[in-house]
Amino acid sequence: MTTQSVTQKSGGSGSDPRIGVYVCHCGLNIAQSVNCRQVAENAAAADGVILSKDIPYACSEPGQHQIKQDILDNRLNRVVIASCSPRLHEPTFKQMVQSVGLNPYMMEMANLREQCSWVHMNDVDNATRKAETLVDMAIARARHLEPLTEDILPLTKKTLVIGGGIAGIQAALDLADCGYDVTLVEKQPSIGGIMARLDKTFPTMDCSI
Amino acid sequence: MTDVGRHPRIKLLTLSEVVDVKGYVGNFDIKIIKRAKFVDESACTSCGECAMVCPVVRPDEFNIGLASRRAIYSPFPQAVPSSYLINIKECLGHNPAVCSKCVDVCDKKCINFHMSDEEIALRVGTIIVATGLKPYDPTELDEYGYTRFENVLTSLEFERLVNAGGPSRGELVRPTDMGHPKSVGFIQCVGSRSSRKGGRYCSNTCCMNTIKSTLVLKEHYPDMDVKVFYIDIRAFGKGFEELYARSRRLGVQFIRGLPGSVEETADKGLRVAVENSAHATLEFHELDMLVLAQGMQPAPSTQRLQEMMGLQLTPDGFYLEAHPKLQPVDAATRGVFYAGCAEGPKDIKESVTQASAAAVRAIRLMHKGEITTEPITAEVIAENCTSCGICAQVCPYNAITVEKKNKQPASVNSAACAGCGTCAAECLFDAISMNHYTDQQILGQVDAMLETAPESKIVVFACNWCSYAGADYAGVSRLQYPANAHLVRVMCSGRVDEKFIWDGLRRGAPVVLVSGCHIGDCHYINANHWTEKRVTRIRKKMSKMGIRSERLQLEWISAAEGIRFANKMEEMEKIRRTVSREEIEETIELLRNI
Repeated sequence: MTTQSVTQKSGGSGSDPRIGVYVCHCGLNIAQSVNCRQVAENAAAADGVILSKDIPYACSEPGQHQIKQDILDNRLNRVVIASCSPRLHEPTFKQMVQSVGLNPYMMEMANLREQCSWVHMNDVDNATRKAETLVDMAIARARHLEPLTEDILPLTKKTLVIGGGIAGIQAALDLADCGYDVTLVEKQPSIGGIMARLDKTFPTMDCSI
Repeated sequence: MTDVGRHPRIKLLTLSEVVDVKGYVGNFDIKIIKRAKFVDESACTSCGECAMVCPVVRPDEFNIGLASRRAIYSPFPQAVPSSYLINIKECLGHNPAVCSKCVDVCDKKCINFHMSDEEIALRVGTIIVATGLKPYDPTELDEYGYTRFENVLTSLEFERLVNAGGPSRGELVRPTDMGHPKSVGFIQCVGSRSSRKGGRYCSNTCCMNTIKSTLVLKEHYPDMDVKVFYIDIRAFGKGFEELYARSRRLGVQFIRGLPGSVEETADKGLRVAVENSAHATLEFHELDMLVLAQGMQPAPSTQRLQEMMGLQLTPDGFYLEAHPKLQPVDAATRGVFYAGCAEGPKDIKESVTQASAAAVRAIRLMHKGEITTEPITAEVIAENCTSCGICAQVCPYNAITVEKKNKQPASVNSAACAGCGTCAAECLFDAISMNHYTDQQILGQVDAMLETAPESKIVVFACNWCSYAGADYAGVSRLQYPANAHLVRVMCSGRVDEKFIWDGLRRGAPVVLVSGCHIGDCHYINANHWTEKRVTRIRKKMSKMGIRSERLQLEWISAAEGIRFANKMEEMEKIRRTVSREEIEETIELLRNI
């Protein structure tokens, strides 16, 4: 474990930002092109940052456990995870902070993998510099984050299946057998699609209809 | 198929098309046009008396024109629903003086010429897109002579000929003389794996479909000479290699190489010239019949539905899944799922697997009976609102109401608001705040980016659904681009406020890029139309002020266009290099008081 606690500052009181920053190595996916420790050290100096660490795998069970413990121990009210694309792990980290009582919208991510280490692979200096900036940007955004609550809306327990070939037929039957109402729409006068036109089908060589 | 027809929970609408999709996950409002069949579906017993008297003879689509049907017909013997229908464009008309023979013979009185198309509205929680494929039309591949020589068939036409229910009752006959061919050749990759014509991709099923066909032929006609021309045989699935081996054991010849040309001989046979790359020889093969293993293309309706629902497509034109490995059946639009060849070429087993997966994903969403919505919605700051109404005008969802006459401040219906943020960007009075993408939050990012060495940076605003995903795709593909490009994520390019651009330039940014989904692909119906208008407006203002408008760029980059993203970054870097320190200083001075 290369995790290191860089600084521990006393934060302000009340709703002043108390930010924890985690720079993920993602094994070598990020660490190969970005000096993660340097990025974490750089972030530690930013306003409102209470602690800043580099971490081997933020999404792993031990990684999450550590972040959650830090949130509780340091009364963190905002977290910045600098790792992969939020399109991949935003839900993971939202759930993580929520499990220790933080509003999920108080978590911000910096995309160091898809948009930095993987696209500037042979350029450690510039990749590291960019990573520092991306983390600074995420911290700046995190300072202004506000807690938000999700709305719960009614839902119609019905499905529309567009297309009555073998895929549409199978999906419609599975849904209907589970008790959901299905409307199956087919452009042709009959369902069956391409498969109905086939004679035998591989690999079992049986009839198609 | 019949299970679908009789399932109490399945409402089957055939000869129908989805014409409109509105709303959001959990509550989509759908409009369907059900075309008139002119025969009462529930009363028709499929006795067929009507078709026997119908004088109009037309090619039968189900048999790809190899057989004929009447203007009143049942699509095929096992059709579901099995009822007859009239193609009204072919029918001679219901005026008894003209025809109406079918009406006279129908005991059940189920023919009704006054039927009209029906519009059906319904509300659903989830949508499964299973629009399938279009078989590749080999007309453009003239070297194989599909349009010139009658004994060159497509694989689907071949299927109908060897099908016991087909026009020749399962007898393989040559179209020219109705005799049994003594030799049959198959050409693989017709419309697949080609950079010239058809798709560049592998259509996935044609190798195995051809092998299956060779086995059928060898079973029925053991002495038949069967040859397959191929690039390489892809027998990758469970049980596939065994079938391939069986085919070879039965004497089917596999010849590595696609024919260069096909000519017709005097007896309507076909002379195929091929470079056999396994032997490095030029060979000629004389065959009685040739079958083109046609590849798959996206269904013609793909693009229309994609625009209607704000879905994304791959460069090949198939639907793009939310994640190629981890969410293979989800669309990026929540509540929409893909099944079958709509998502890409696949065989029956894979289609069935994916369909079951899509069904479960839909159930997973619906079983609770309620849905949590992202609180990323717009909020009105009433004291700043002048009731000008521009927000209501730009909202793609009609989620904002303003009573201009009574000077009542705008109000947002948060259930209808999808969170694109166009209203917040267009409001001139800072009277709308976009939750989770507030001015403060976004400006905070821009300022932090430009705090040190701003002259070296490229500022990129990217929409979550297309351009940010496109940048991720560049990453996954390990495409390398200049390390000074920094992305600010917004939900939609429509959120990029004029003041973000001015702020960036004022803080010394040499170049700014606004990127979003292609026009027509916007995740928020048409919010990116406003992006385009706004960027054009800002560029005009820049020119007027003496700032080079080239420094603000707009580019549409889809989630599948990693290469386009990387190339755009290179281009941005080129433009950046033309912006001198003096020019930046001058811009800062010009913008000091804005």
